[in-house]
Amino acid sequence: MTPRTRLLLVLVGGAGIAALLVAACLRLPDFGGDSHPYGDRAVAASLARQTANTIASVNFDQRAFDTLGEMTILFAAVVGCVVLLRQTRDEHRARPEPADVARPVRRYALIVLPVALVTGLYVIAHGQLSPGGGFQGGVVAATSLHLLYLGADYRALERIRPVGMYEVGDALSASAYLITGLAGLIGSAAFLANTLLPYGTFNTLSSGGTVPLLNAAVGMEVACAVVVLLARFLDQAVEIEEESGK
Amino acid sequence: MADAVIVVALVLVAGCATVAVAVRDPARQALVLAVLGVVLAVLFTAVQAPDVALSQLAVGGALTPLLLLLSVRKVKRRKGRER
Repeated sequence: MTPRTRLLLVLVGGAGIAALLVAACLRLPDFGGDSHPYGDRAVAASLARQTANTIASVNFDQRAFDTLGEMTILFAAVVGCVVLLRQTRDEHRARPEPADVARPVRRYALIVLPVALVTGLYVIAHGQLSPGGGFQGGVVAATSLHLLYLGADYRALERIRPVGMYEVGDALSASAYLITGLAGLIGSAAFLANTLLPYGTFNTLSSGGTVPLLNAAVGMEVACAVVVLLARFLDQAVEIEEESGK
Repeated sequence: MADAVIVVALVLVAGCATVAVAVRDPARQALVLAVLGVVLAVLFTAVQAPDVALSQLAVGGALTPLLLLLSVRKVKRRKGRER
């Protein structure tokens, strides 16, 4: 294909997408309007099951099956990364030297680390009550651990982060989501149906039936997945070296 | 008032995204991407989507730039050994 025809093809495709987007945008409801048919129904459904955060109700109750799909995508992506970034036969590990850390950086990292970790866990635990949830809190908690790499060094990070345990945790929490779903299938109406557990008192930690359970499973899954992912990237960036002479 | 915040956030997002494309050095690009993540989080908060804003802050502001910087370090290290 010559560059000229390729450019022509891109222009035709781009024009088509632009036309479709403009046509779709013209039929959108007005920005900031009063009519929210989907929002009204979602809020009513979430209030009926004592879930204060409607987004959590949509994610883990009304659309719990979609979230299972998203969780599986993350799981598969991390498995793919682990396979791709493994140590191959012509590579070896070089122990990284302990590095000097500037004192302000060290102080800042060591002060922020516990705050960020607790924030992450708080966001996971309150997913069914306030904005946030398993995904957001999981990413915050997992990245906060890596402040130790900034504040101390790579070995300190490795000591608090046995990757094998996090791999097991990743698989266990993904299974926990599935098992909660199967419990719905066996004990009540359907897979992932939120009719098994009592809904509890509105706006308390244990409200919402299976929502807090699924939320916690996703939180653990995301935290473990991000730790494993970053561990593989750090391995490649810091430790693994190609054999010399290649 | 709320509309003004949205307009400012939108302009900042457009500006940051343009800078992210214009900057050619991947390490700097990662930093601009982190700023873009924070600005996008502000925009999402302004349009009343705090859940998405939190995801954007954590993933766009911290995780993606971190992965990019680690990849840049790996590539640079390999180049340094070849020289």
